Amino acid sequence: MSLWVLRGLRDGVVTTRWPAKPDPYDDTWRGPAEVTGSAPAGDVADLCPTGAITVTEGAVRVDQGRCILCGRCVVERPGVFAWSRGAAGPAALTREQLVIPELPETDAAVQAARARLATRTRALRRSVHVRHVDAGSDGSEEWEIQALLGPVYDLHRLGVFITASPRHADVLLVTGAGAHGMSAPLRTTYDGMPDPKVVIAAGTDAVSGGLLADSEATTGGVGATVPVDIWLAGSPPSPFGILNALLIAVGYLTPEGRRSR
Amino acid sequence: MTALWDKLLARVAAGDRFAGLFATRTGDSVTLSAHVTTAVGIDTLETELPQGAASYPALTPLLGAAFWYERVIHDETGLVPEGHLRLAPLLRPGQPLPRHVEGYGLFTIPHGPVRSGVMESIEYLVETPGEAIPHLNMRVFYKHRGVTSRFTGLTLADGVLLAERTEGIASVAHALAFCHAAERIAGCAVPPAAGLVRVLHAELERVANHLDAAVRLADAAGLAVATARMALHKERVVRLVSRMCGSRFGRGVVIPGGVSALPRLSPAELSAELGTLHRQITPDAAALMATSSFLDRLRGTGPLTPERARQHGALGPVGKASGFADDHRLARPYDGYRTLTVPPARAHTAGDALARLRVRWEEVDSSFGLLRSAADALSSERATDQLRATCEPADGRALGWAEAPQGEVLYDVSLRDSRIVRCHPRSASFHNLVLMHEVFAGDILTDFPFIEASFGLSVAGVAL
Repeated sequence: MSLWVLRGLRDGVVTTRWPAKPDPYDDTWRGPAEVTGSAPAGDVADLCPTGAITVTEGAVRVDQGRCILCGRCVVERPGVFAWSRGAAGPAALTREQLVIPELPETDAAVQAARARLATRTRALRRSVHVRHVDAGSDGSEEWEIQALLGPVYDLHRLGVFITASPRHADVLLVTGAGAHGMSAPLRTTYDGMPDPKVVIAAGTDAVSGGLLADSEATTGGVGATVPVDIWLAGSPPSPFGILNALLIAVGYLTPEGRRSR
Repeated sequence: MTALWDKLLARVAAGDRFAGLFATRTGDSVTLSAHVTTAVGIDTLETELPQGAASYPALTPLLGAAFWYERVIHDETGLVPEGHLRLAPLLRPGQPLPRHVEGYGLFTIPHGPVRSGVMESIEYLVETPGEAIPHLNMRVFYKHRGVTSRFTGLTLADGVLLAERTEGIASVAHALAFCHAAERIAGCAVPPAAGLVRVLHAELERVANHLDAAVRLADAAGLAVATARMALHKERVVRLVSRMCGSRFGRGVVIPGGVSALPRLSPAELSAELGTLHRQITPDAAALMATSSFLDRLRGTGPLTPERARQHGALGPVGKASGFADDHRLARPYDGYRTLTVPPARAHTAGDALARLRVRWEEVDSSFGLLRSAADALSSERATDQLRATCEPADGRALGWAEAPQGEVLYDVSLRDSRIVRCHPRSASFHNLVLMHEVFAGDILTDFPFIEASFGLSVAGVAL
């Protein structure tokens, strides 16, 4: 056993300081596509395999909640689209907020969502328990959540823990496209959690269904089954992205990335 | 119909491996296709059922490995395989399963679909008198996402994106199997440099998956430091993948005809990184395999006999640990494996969780060997810079396969007018998971996480 004690000391501290300090890996990360230019209608909308691109009155918009990071638009039309940067990735308080550039009517809705979330996060302090439910993921999201429990991201340093029982949970972290088979178990888990509770839809599949949005076996995202508070894009979202969403859920960070306490 | 089964059974008796059974409905007629793996490739034996047939004589009583395949056929087409032993739905919710074992004090522990920890959704119904596990049932329908039918109508470029998301932790292998099928239809040859890049990503995916199994096993044994060390190594591997291509799962690299880009690291940088990783992993793996309290939990746990492994055609590390090694990289090489030397797997016969972990460590070692040779070969290839052959989507049908970390991935793809008419993906997880029914002889409840982790499968690839 002493062998393992020595092994544990081999590499010193490998844990990131994020979000207190920036992390170099975070900055190199490539996130969902964003819009950098304009294009004639119909020309670019057909590029996207999940229909995330829309053109209305000459304005090109990307719904990052549908973006599966295939990069086709960035490769085909580099003047119009680019990768967004930063592993913390787009997290939003309303589904519409993931559409960029922002629609004019979303601002008021975001303010209302922020107020609703704030009343609940006030009660969640430095010991927060998370229940994860897989509602039809491809398996990669689970890997990224498990990475948070490893030494590099170390969720526990922030006072966040994974719990087995929904009765102990403050946050419901949902992955997957919303398979019909998981609707009832997901709902039961949500109903079993005490108030106040916060729901995170983690990943493009959970937000919109991704490539499986049109499948007859899914609800096209988990929003149809449980009321989602935080929408996190990414296919799959990076561990930093999931960490970011969890910290927004507990009121430690704002969606704009600011420390709120 | 029975003529097809006779032919299939004769092939299996002669040493070919049963690799899958699918039904395809076109209009009123249904075609049954059975795949058998031969020494040089994969053959398809087919027969069309009579018009309007509602049933056919089941294969399962003759060949047990068809058990789940025929349940899927029943779910997808409504056909009844007459004489099937347990025709409960597999992809759709059905009646609660009747208890298999009856007796005084026996009860069922429903474990899942929402399970403790961060797990994929599956329901295990553990029939137990309290400690021993005389029988295990599984219900996998919870995660059924309709992937198979979603392929229909997609272009090749979109199809490969869906293949990558069929089983997310084996994205590269699924993309490879899909593209191999597309390339076989088009008759195009992948440029050598692209073949090497494919090998790099496929082998890094294998290392990451095997480390993931090690994390779970160490965690099940309560070895906190070993768990953390293995998780650290796994994170380093996926970070290397993301530095190479921008995705931690190697997505977007494999495209029909070749690869999208060279790794962003130069072959020299890559070799250096690979050397460091291998040097870091090896001593920790050795320490784990010398920790007696850990080995005690794995030795003799979840045994699969060589006889059953051969009968079922067990894939990947599960098969190899039980003396049944059929590795596509070695037997029917593709892409860069044609020119690189794949070391043959060492013979194992114990078939327990320990043997499966030993196989994984041996594969990690051979993967690093392949990775270094691929990186070296790539540095001399680089001058040519041709990464993609034209892969015009012709009409036709072909099989494609690749060796995922879990074992063989098989895609049966039909194209017409540049669109996918029908695509049957078959993951190694689907073929191997059914064996979990049989490996609990003498094992108790606390052995469960070890057995599950030692199989190293993904539920996403099961209920497609």
